[in-house]
Amino acid sequence: MTKTIEEINEKIQQGKAVVVTAEEVIDLVKHKSTKKVAQEVDVVTTGTFGPMCSSGAYINIGHSKPRIKLGGGRVYLNDVPAYAAFAAIDIYIGANALPDDDPRNRVYPGEFNYGGGHVIEELVAAKDVRLVATAYGTDCYPRKRLETWINIKDLNEAVLFNLRNACQNYNIAVNLSDRTLYTYMGMLKPNLGNANYCSAGQLSPLLNDPYYKTIGIGTKIFLGGGTGFITWQGTQHNPNVLRSENGVPKRGAGTLAVTGDLKQMSPRWLVGTSMLGYGCNITVGIGIPIPILSEEILHYTSVTDDDIFAPVVDYSKAYPQMESDILGEVSYAQLKSGRIIIQGKEVPTASLSSYPRAVEIAAILKEWILSGKFGLTQPVAPLPGIESGTIFKPLKERPIQE
Amino acid sequence: MAISRRIVLHFPRRLVDRPIVYRLIKDYNLEFNILKAAVTPDEEGLMVLELSGKQQEYDKGIRYLTTNGVKIQALSQDVIRNDDRCTHCGACITICPTGAFELESPTRQVRFYNEKCVACGLCIKACPPRAMELHF
Ligand code: SF4
Ligand code: SF4
Repeated sequence: MTKTIEEINEKIQQGKAVVVTAEEVIDLVKHKSTKKVAQEVDVVTTGTFGPMCSSGAYINIGHSKPRIKLGGGRVYLNDVPAYAAFAAIDIYIGANALPDDDPRNRVYPGEFNYGGGHVIEELVAAKDVRLVATAYGTDCYPRKRLETWINIKDLNEAVLFNLRNACQNYNIAVNLSDRTLYTYMGMLKPNLGNANYCSAGQLSPLLNDPYYKTIGIGTKIFLGGGTGFITWQGTQHNPNVLRSENGVPKRGAGTLAVTGDLKQMSPRWLVGTSMLGYGCNITVGIGIPIPILSEEILHYTSVTDDDIFAPVVDYSKAYPQMESDILGEVSYAQLKSGRIIIQGKEVPTASLSSYPRAVEIAAILKEWILSGKFGLTQPVAPLPGIESGTIFKPLKERPIQE
Repeated sequence: MAISRRIVLHFPRRLVDRPIVYRLIKDYNLEFNILKAAVTPDEEGLMVLELSGKQQEYDKGIRYLTTNGVKIQALSQDVIRNDDRCTHCGACITICPTGAFELESPTRQVRFYNEKCVACGLCIKACPPRAMELHF
């Protein structure tokens, strides 16, 4: 049995497509053969909602009168520095940016109450944002100072442009030391006091298409409550890692770069995030449809939390020191039971990624497809797979001798 | 005059296993009701008490506690969750020393049981979208 994307799109147009979420498909294959389900189901929708590694947005504010060239100058949005190294009026705000006067970790652990991720959330919420800029002035762009309110409604472009999102799998963070740690994986209590993980598991996009057979460059997706596209593999994309027999990576592996029009997104799906002692970020909602082109692809989407494993990593030493030791592997089913056993100790687990919201994203995407307003796309190029030989290299440090 | 108050006691690590509260009955004739008790990750002890007795004795009892290094806070602070900001991630579940957050199955929504909260404040800064708020 094989289907094409065109055939599926035709069914979507006729209102005849069968769409289920990556959670619902698990139940279907319990009662029927994979072959049968693959014939019946056209699309499986996935979802994830968690703090995403590298995210940000670029905006074009329009020309002021007289003109100002922001590129090479300094720009702040609600006191958070934006990147001004493009032509006159394009700037980029990264989710991890912090106001110059934020105490960071000088008062440990730093609170990081407001940063780039929060600015993006406020922009999306159509709140006015204060822009303060200084420039050096040129003959064609004479203005040296600009202070103005901006609003997403008036911007020419406002585009979410994320370099690395939707990680295929991730570490489970624990702390073997005797003091509390404050990390991007949350607060880690001493002596294996807790274990934090961050993945939607069986609902997560790339765990349902482990070899990137349908998800590729150009795939249209749910992004931040609107639609977006996969524009490239994410940074640190690393397909060549240890995988289970079912093909699912047991370590961090694939990643996605995504982009989409911020103007049609919503603050419900782009939430400014503060990690105590670590910094600011943004929690992003992503949902990806998987066309059921064959039985094999259906089989991948029926993966359950029992079949997905992640490594337990000590964030007091192994992680910061770039040591590869792990303390074991645990399945998402075990993680979601609320307790796992590490070194003979029962450790309570918590998630940083919201499963209920991932369920909601998969359901919304399903609804969009069923209503005919969201068609599927054929990738224009594949993401680098195992055969590409792509690996994520550490920095080769070469000290600079003066 | 007899009075009765609800207070939160914060015990530093060194006092956690000392019979401080017991002395309140013995030396100051105060009656108490332990409403909640917990030990935080940094091993600070937390206790919410309803303390009653004569005003004079009560004041002396409180002085005894503070001179011994116990921090006292009136239970007029309330920690509430801003449900619009909560994403139901669950990061707070292992942070809260009293187990005020619970995962509801099968939806995996995070329930917050305010009545278990001792207003220690730990979840406020540990919640990534800052959904937990301290109200006075
Ligand atoms: S950590 Fe915050 S956002 Fe996450 S479940 Fe708890 S209260 Fe909600
Ligand atoms: S303030 Fe937060 S962490 Fe502390 S007891 Fe209340 S709910 Fe738990």
